[in-house]
Amino acid sequence: MRGKGLNCIFVLAVLLVLSPLRVSARDVPEQADLDVTEIIYEHTGDAYFWHKVPLPVIVRSRTTGWHVFLASALPCAGFEMAAEDSPYAGKVVENTPDGPVRPADLSITRNVLSLLFSSLLLVVLILLTARWYRRHDVLHETPTGIAALLEPVIVMIEDEVIKEAVGPDYKRYSPYLLTAFFFILLNNLLGILPVFPGGANLTGNIAVTFVLAMCTFIATNVFGSRHYWKDIFWPDVPVFLKVPLPLMPLIELIGLFTKPFSLMIRLFANIFAGHAMLIGLLCVIFVTARMEPVINGSMMAVSVLLGVFMDCLELLVAFIQAYVFTMLSAVFIGASRQTNH
Amino acid sequence: MSLLLPEPGLLLWMVLIFAIVFFILAKWGFPVISSMIDKRNAYIETSLRKAEEAESRLSSLEEEHRRIMEQTRHEQAQLLKEASEARARMLSEAREEAQALSAQILDRAREEIAAGKEAALSQARREIALLGVSIAEKILRDRLSDDASQQALLDRLSDEVLRDNDNS
Repeated sequence: MRGKGLNCIFVLAVLLVLSPLRVSARDVPEQADLDVTEIIYEHTGDAYFWHKVPLPVIVRSRTTGWHVFLASALPCAGFEMAAEDSPYAGKVVENTPDGPVRPADLSITRNVLSLLFSSLLLVVLILLTARWYRRHDVLHETPTGIAALLEPVIVMIEDEVIKEAVGPDYKRYSPYLLTAFFFILLNNLLGILPVFPGGANLTGNIAVTFVLAMCTFIATNVFGSRHYWKDIFWPDVPVFLKVPLPLMPLIELIGLFTKPFSLMIRLFANIFAGHAMLIGLLCVIFVTARMEPVINGSMMAVSVLLGVFMDCLELLVAFIQAYVFTMLSAVFIGASRQTNH
Repeated sequence: MSLLLPEPGLLLWMVLIFAIVFFILAKWGFPVISSMIDKRNAYIETSLRKAEEAESRLSSLEEEHRRIMEQTRHEQAQLLKEASEARARMLSEAREEAQALSAQILDRAREEIAAGKEAALSQARREIALLGVSIAEKILRDRLSDDASQQALLDRLSDEVLRDNDNS
């Protein structure tokens, strides 16, 4: 977990001040070379534990049906953590006579728990804002509290992004686009937090960004206008590009899928890369732990400074990626809604 | 590492949770906020327009006010002029009337004076006549103080009477 990494920073920064030259070699136990890739994957991926707290595992075996137990109980009822070298490393597998088999896994993992929590938080925040508007005379009072915090953001997204990009019937799409924006923003911000409310790498997970991109794909194509479909299958290009070989329609059709695909990859890659870089920077401390104390001490300082910089950058990225996802979704939807050029 | 392969479990949870979140927020969240913000924006817009209208009405009122003031001043000047003319006219009329009246009074006074003079003259004449009679009486009495003169008068008178009778 990145939380561990940041906690380490603080502990080590304090130790650096107190006795910088004697810490490193002693605190890091003699062990094999540090596998930084492994640490990065472990911290950015999913897990059955939140820090040290075991989370419920919900699995369904083909032969024995549903099983629910805490991750700390593993191995249990024929289930165990997959071996490090198996293709299912880090996941729960079922031991069968044919070897380890991956069961249907609906466990409340770290990411699922974080998703539940952040969704609850999002719903509460937005409903509190809505309640303020319901309970107050909007014509004679300025928003206070949570409404004052969220209103400028909502107005900005709705006026500058959604209304601009989608066009006249933007009201139909603004709830989805606003939900997507706030969902991404909140999870991005929680992802930066190393400890409890955050801690998971949700928007840096391909499953989450895949669902978000799918929603945009559905919103774009299910309500696409006739003009939009005509532009895909019979675009305004010279005829030889369409007949006999439907070159342009093919490209347009591929473009149909690359748009949400780019949304999915962009969000995932940005958030994942940010987290991976931050963990990598912090790993510098542990990689240099067995070197000269002076090198380790100076690298620690560099690592902490760069870590702080990366965290600031991630704050910026958290907003930018939410904004970009919303804006591009709005643009795609707007393109599918237009009736003429 | 299945970095680029979505985990089915998380995928399912994500679909479920995101659908619920979207449903709740799209039903009770964002539309409420958006409609309220729209309402306020519309209110601000109409307020601005009303303020503009009020301002233009105010300026037209000011214009009207100035116009009325101008007109009033004009009328005032006219009234003053008329009043001074009327005053002058009344004064001259009064003067004429007074002159006429004084002339009339003078005439009457003159007539009365003339009448008074006449009356005094006739009075004086009567007095003078009476005086003459009394003087004549005194003279007669003087002349007729003895019998001879009385006889002579009587004779003359009778002669005269006789002559008159003879003549007739």
